[in-house]
Amino acid sequence: MHPEKTAKQYWKRNLRLLVILFSIWFLVSYGFGIIFADQLNQISLGGYKLGFWFAQQGSIYVFILIIFVYAALMNRLDREFDVNE
Amino acid sequence: MTILAWTYLLVGITFALYIGIAIWSRAGSTKEFYVAGGGVSPLANGLATAADWMSAASFISMAGLISFMGYDGSVYLMGWTGGYVLLALLLAPYMRKFGKFTVPAFIGDRYYSNTARTVAVIAALFVSFTYVAGQMRGVGIVFSRYLEPLLSSFELFSLDNTGKGVVIGMVVVFFYAVLGGMKGITYTQVAQYCVLIFAYMVPAIFISMMLVGNPIPQIGLGGSVENGGYLLDKLDGVLTDLGFAAYTSGQKSMTDMVFITAALMIGTAGLPHVIVRFFTVPRVRDARKSAGYALLFIAILYTTAPAIAAFGMYNFLDSVHNKKMAELPEWVQTWEKTGLIKINDLNQDGIVQYTSDPATNELDIDKDIMVLAGPEIAKLPNWVVGLIAAGGMAAALSTAAGLLLVISTSVSHDLLKKQLMPNISDKGELRAARLAAVVAVVIAGYFGINPPDYVAAVVALAFGLAAASFFPAILMGIFSKKMNKEGAIAGMISGLAITIFYILKFKFNLFGGGSENDWWFGISPEGFGTVGAMVNFIVALVVMSFTKAPPADVQDLVEDIRIPRGAGAASDH
Repeated sequence: MHPEKTAKQYWKRNLRLLVILFSIWFLVSYGFGIIFADQLNQISLGGYKLGFWFAQQGSIYVFILIIFVYAALMNRLDREFDVNE
Repeated sequence: MTILAWTYLLVGITFALYIGIAIWSRAGSTKEFYVAGGGVSPLANGLATAADWMSAASFISMAGLISFMGYDGSVYLMGWTGGYVLLALLLAPYMRKFGKFTVPAFIGDRYYSNTARTVAVIAALFVSFTYVAGQMRGVGIVFSRYLEPLLSSFELFSLDNTGKGVVIGMVVVFFYAVLGGMKGITYTQVAQYCVLIFAYMVPAIFISMMLVGNPIPQIGLGGSVENGGYLLDKLDGVLTDLGFAAYTSGQKSMTDMVFITAALMIGTAGLPHVIVRFFTVPRVRDARKSAGYALLFIAILYTTAPAIAAFGMYNFLDSVHNKKMAELPEWVQTWEKTGLIKINDLNQDGIVQYTSDPATNELDIDKDIMVLAGPEIAKLPNWVVGLIAAGGMAAALSTAAGLLLVISTSVSHDLLKKQLMPNISDKGELRAARLAAVVAVVIAGYFGINPPDYVAAVVALAFGLAAASFFPAILMGIFSKKMNKEGAIAGMISGLAITIFYILKFKFNLFGGGSENDWWFGISPEGFGTVGAMVNFIVALVVMSFTKAPPADVQDLVEDIRIPRGAGAASDH
């Protein structure tokens, strides 16, 4: 581990990534799927109303993406800080 | 071949497969019994986690539930999938690095306290037993529905058919959970996932082609029906005409939607039988990836369910409502015999009317019908019906086995080895684990045969308790170095206490009971786990602030689990 790249920094970078990913997680489910669902329902996605689509389909797809993006970025972070297995 | 013959054949083959896998993967040490030796590939673990997670209720009942709830049913879809994001990003990698066998082991070591360990054991037993009883019941119901002639052909302790089905389920689970432990469970769960997802998707794909001409149900749900117009718009229109709420807009308050979704998410992330699956992979990065696979495999079913739900409701409105009794489709008559569809021509006009007013409604539909009748609605061959039976059983058995393992390891490892009999040998501990599994199977079977009256309420309880106890305690154990045993124990106990109180009050009518108008802040018992978790966090942080910081070696442990390097295989020491 480089002296300037400490465990503390690694943890900070991890937390920053978590804040970003959980903001997206919150936005697509609680935001688009519940709180703003009525407004989004004015927009159509094929035969779907958009708010309904986020609540029953879209949020789930985004959840999957979030986990794979997290796994990839954390693996990269591990290598950068030389803490990978 | 008849439906019955196909059902015998497919259920028979799958059971033989599960037992065969169990014998092949017999556990020889506690490490194999608890965490499958710690060498499961991320893909296999993802498949196993998906089967572990998806219960009889997910498979048989969830689509039907959404049929009748419409948009409000989204709480289950988002809640039971979004929890995996919490699990994958906040818990799984660190639990894997910690590298022990059980969730109470983490709580006990991190909070350097056998009191904390015991609180965790009690919570794990409580959550798992409430949940497993429903699974055994599910096995019994599937059995009695599909293999009625077989069950009626013999006597067993004067049990009814569902009871006999539960006993058969107990014997099968006994084989692979008791013999194989986590190792047996993991590989049977991989097989069970394949069986259940195939069984679920085949009817869904054909119904989607029939109704909207698109083989992908997820896209078909947004498609248009034969005689013009989008399927969802038509559903909205017909349902509002009949006096129901529109399918795509809900009746639940926004607050309640948010709280129920959050409680299910936090509860999912806190369920011990799901968390322990991440102890079985070799490395931290495998745990991260594995959680992604698990959600991907779960999502295949969870994004299909809302399509089955809407297709099913549309089918009823289109081919049963306002139709002459004599001209109903064949599948309606078939399922009328089982009592899952009830038609009562109240106004004697020979036409079936479905309305929101119980006084004039002539059609009563059990929610399970949406999945169970799928093959007949789509006019699929008999083998598909047999497949649904095998799939429903795969879903129930895989979840039951995962829960039984948590129960047995909590007893043999966290109570016996860590507290009562520290000198027990590995062989002795393995024997104790098997014995505990046997006792757990028997107790679970008893509750499956004599279910508490409120099976549905019990699920709310299991999720509420998991949300109020495990999730906050584990999260703070990883993300706060200063969290100490006093804070964690006080947090878990107060979170559990208030959640149990609220659910008993409003679901089981104790402590004076109460109706919807008495709910605190309009939060239903299903959503109260969120409040329980908040109480846990707040109490823990307050108590921590005026008690002693954890010892240096515990703070070092927290530093250590935050760094992936050095995650050896899961171990005891």
